[in-house]
Order: sequence, then structure tokens, then C-alpha cells
Amino acid sequence: MTTITITYPSKVPRTALTQEPVWVRWALITIALTFLTLFLFVPLLLVFYEALKKGVEVYFAAITDPDALAAIKLTLIATAIAVPLNLVFGIAAAWAIAKFEFRGKNILITLIDLPFSVSPVIAGLIYVLVFGLQGWLGPWLAEHDLKIIFAVPGIVLATIFVTVPFIARELIPLMQAQGTEEEEAAVALGANGWQTFWRITLPNIKWGLLYGIILCNARAMGEFGAVSVVSGHIRGSTNTLPLHVEILYNEYNYAAAFAVASLLALLALITLVFKTFLEAKVAHQKGEFIHEH
Amino acid sequence: MSTFKRHSVLPGFNLALGFTLLYLSLVVLIPLSAAFIRTAELTWPEFWATVTTPRVLASYRLTFGASFAAALTNAVFGLLVAWVLVRYHFPGKRVVDALIDLPFALPTAVAGIALTALYAGNGWIGQLLEPLGIKIAFTPLGVYVALTFIGLPFVVRTVQPVLEDIETELEEAAAMLGANRLQTFLRIIFPTIFPALMTGFALAFARAIGEYGSVIFIAGNMPMISEITPLLIITKLEQYDYTGATAIAVVMLVISFILLLIINLLQWWSRRRNALA
Repeated sequence: MTTITITYPSKVPRTALTQEPVWVRWALITIALTFLTLFLFVPLLLVFYEALKKGVEVYFAAITDPDALAAIKLTLIATAIAVPLNLVFGIAAAWAIAKFEFRGKNILITLIDLPFSVSPVIAGLIYVLVFGLQGWLGPWLAEHDLKIIFAVPGIVLATIFVTVPFIARELIPLMQAQGTEEEEAAVALGANGWQTFWRITLPNIKWGLLYGIILCNARAMGEFGAVSVVSGHIRGSTNTLPLHVEILYNEYNYAAAFAVASLLALLALITLVFKTFLEAKVAHQKGEFIHEH
Repeated sequence: MSTFKRHSVLPGFNLALGFTLLYLSLVVLIPLSAAFIRTAELTWPEFWATVTTPRVLASYRLTFGASFAAALTNAVFGLLVAWVLVRYHFPGKRVVDALIDLPFALPTAVAGIALTALYAGNGWIGQLLEPLGIKIAFTPLGVYVALTFIGLPFVVRTVQPVLEDIETELEEAAAMLGANRLQTFLRIIFPTIFPALMTGFALAFARAIGEYGSVIFIAGNMPMISEITPLLIITKLEQYDYTGATAIAVVMLVISFILLLIINLLQWWSRRRNALA
């Protein structure tokens, strides 16, 4: 960083009256970037450095190991179930909340956000209390030879729990900003509910929807605490990618742990690229409506 | 029912709300109630004894202390980062802006092992601090570092939009009336962004107290010293002490719900403040 050019994007140009002296600006930028470097950029860089430190061969051996492939498969399965379910939930919740006025709406919005304020560990624990051997349904499940805790269904349930709010909380403000006029016009012209949704609402919310899916997907693939409690850590069978990272790390197999971790870091970076791209689209979609109506 | 919902020509209300409530009940509310019902089997003295043993108290002190320190760090540096991103231009600014959300997108286990490798005695940063007598990994300081990482985006993302909306004219008027930049910041800008700053602080704090994945690798997990409350819940579960684990979980849940309430109030305050401005 040898040259730092400082210009202002504000609508009203900033003059000497409303900006800080050059040395203050430089100092603030330097402190902010130093903080971000220490806490964000270096850890991210280190993941890839440690992953490739022992060579490309070790790297590929680690990510094509049968246990790693099984972990990738389980992560994909859990995500492929959790994201579509939360997508349907998000659309239903946003339709009810954004398009209608009813009592208790604010309580419902708070309840939808609830999983975000519950520790992932507690999210796992409550499913153990319901489905575990000592839990409510435990004896019945054992009788019928069904296994949920320490098995794949538990992992899927824990993943669903921690990702419930993502799509709903993107869609609710977007659909609230868009109002109900277009849908009402469609219904007045004789469209039924599904036609109205597919032809009017869905095109209007598509970017927000995609944004929610991307965030939901990243969390579903990366969840650790909740899944850790219900998984039982059985290699090759109930191990997701983040859990596989933990196992390798605890076995002091750092190169392999970071190799698998680098896949998840790559996923995070791709998520951020999509997120940045979609943010502009969503803002446009929202702004367009505020402008038109 | 007539006063429950305002009339609308749009269809699908019953279906959408019905599905929403059913799904939320099955996935979130009924399982959460299991923790409270299980704990209700204990008498009050039994419950109190379980959640106040010296080891549990030590874990609360660490969890809440480190979370508070991390959220405070994020309030200071988050405000600074938001300020720099909104007000100044520098090369790579858009990339930096996008990377702020990394802690949201990066799985916590990955963050955990990366921070541990970085701050361990032989790590890139750890080896610089070791000669100074500062040990971070495998001490309570490590918990603080991990919680600072995962809470980093909250303050930046709550303060940024409010800072963007402040009108230059207001600052000009302050300058015309003889205020210097520091006075303008303290008297005009800071009061405007304060509700958002508090919201960001509360969000970072709430996230930190429940955090598990990024902390367990770097903490060292020594009982009474570097053991966080979520880890203690898992330890009790692994010892088949379901009642003990659940009782501690209920304490954490109640605190989380209170924080959620405070955050909602702060957001309402923040919106009101901005609407008036």
C-alpha cells in the first residue's frame, strides 16, 4: 500500500469544513486496515497456506480420502434437505406477514428469528431431549428401530433448525416494501393465487430469494456446534465436513485438516462474491418499488 | 376471528400462516419447550444448585466476560471500520467491504483452527507475542480473540447504513457555527449513530455468548479457567448428565431471550431516531 488516494462519494462534495485533515484520514485507514488484517485477512490466508504447505499431492489426497468424500456427501445431503424446506417456509411466512395485516405479527417475526439467538449447542441439545434414547420419543423410536440422534436424520434436523430464519428474514422486508397492489390487480383481473404468485410475486422477489438461499446454504454447509451434538462423530457415516475438520485437527493431522477446511473457506468466499453481486440487485429491486409506488 | 385479520382480496392467508405456524412449532418451538419441561422436573433448590456450582460459575464468568470484551472491541473497531468504509476511499475498498462478512460465511470450525494456528506459540502472530510474555492460544485471551472474530461484522453492518444517511449539510452547519471536527463528531454524528452502535454491540454480544465452534479449538478448555458455558453443556451431555446439561441450557436460553428483547427495543429506538433525523 504505497499510495492512498482519498476522494468523497457524497452527493454534496465535502470541503475542508466537513472532512478530517489528511493525516487523520491516513491514520484512521491504517488502524482500521491493521485491525482487519490481524483478525480477518491473515486467518483466511493462513487456511490456504497451511492446506498447501505440504504440497499439492498431500492436499488432493486429503480431500479425496474416502472419509472426506463421505463427509462431503453427508454435508450435501443435509443441505439439499434443509435449504428447500426453509425455502418453502420462508415464502409461506413472508406471504402471510408481508401481504396481510393480522394481530400478533410482530411476535411471529420475533419467533422466526429465535433460532439466531439460540446457541448452536443448545439447538443440538433440544433435539437430543426430543429424539434421544432418554428423550420424549426415544423409547418409541427404539421400539421401531428408528435412529435419529447419532444418525443422519438428527444432523438434518439440527441443520434445519439453525437455518430456519435465513430466507424468511430476507423476503419479509423485501415483500413488505413492494406492497400488495400488483397482486391485487392480478386477482382483480381473474388470476388465481398460484398464478399471482408465479407470475407477479416471484419475479419481483427473485434476487432476494436467491440472496436468502445463498446465505442459508453457507450456514447449512458450515454448521458445527448443533451438528456436533447430535452426530456422534462416526467416521464415514455421521461426519459432516466441519466435523471432519475437527477430527483431523484433533489427530494432529494439520495438513489434511486445513485441506478440508480450505474447501469450506472457498465456499465462504464464493458466498461473499454472490452476496455482493446480489446485494446490488436486491437494493435495485426494493428501490424500484419504492420509486414506482 | 373478525378482528384478528384485516380483510384482503389476496388468497392464501390461511394456508401460508397455517404452514408457517406448523413448521415453526415442529422445528423450533416444541423442541425448545423440551428444555424447559425437562428442567421443570427439578425442584428450585436442585435447579439452583446445578446452575451455580463453582465450575459452572467460572464458565459464566469467562463466557460473559470474554463476550463483553469482544463486543466492546468490535464496537470501537467496528465503528472505525464503518467510518473508513463510508467516508474515505482507498485501493481495494470494495474487496475489504465484501470481506467484512467473512465471519458470517466462514464455518466456525475453520475460523477456530485458523485462529489457533495463527495465535499459537509457533504461529505467525503468536511467535511475535511470545517474547513479550503474551500467550493467546489455550488461554482465556484466545476465547476473546475468537469471539472478536465472529462478532466483527455486526457493528460494521449496523452502523454503516446510518453513517451513509447522515447529511453533509448538518456537518457544514456545525462547522459554520464554529465547531471543530471532533466537536462535530461528538455532538452531531455520534448521537445519531449511537442507537445503531448499541444494536451492533448487543448483536455481537448475543452471538458471542452462544458461540462454540470457533472457541473450542483456541480455548484450551481447562475447567475453571478456559471452559466456556456451551462446552460445559456438551461435557455434561457426554457424561449422560442430561438434567445438568439442560438446566445450564435453560439459564443460557433465558439470557438469550432477554438479549433478543433488548435488541428488538434497540432496533425500534434506532429506527425512530433515524426517522426523526
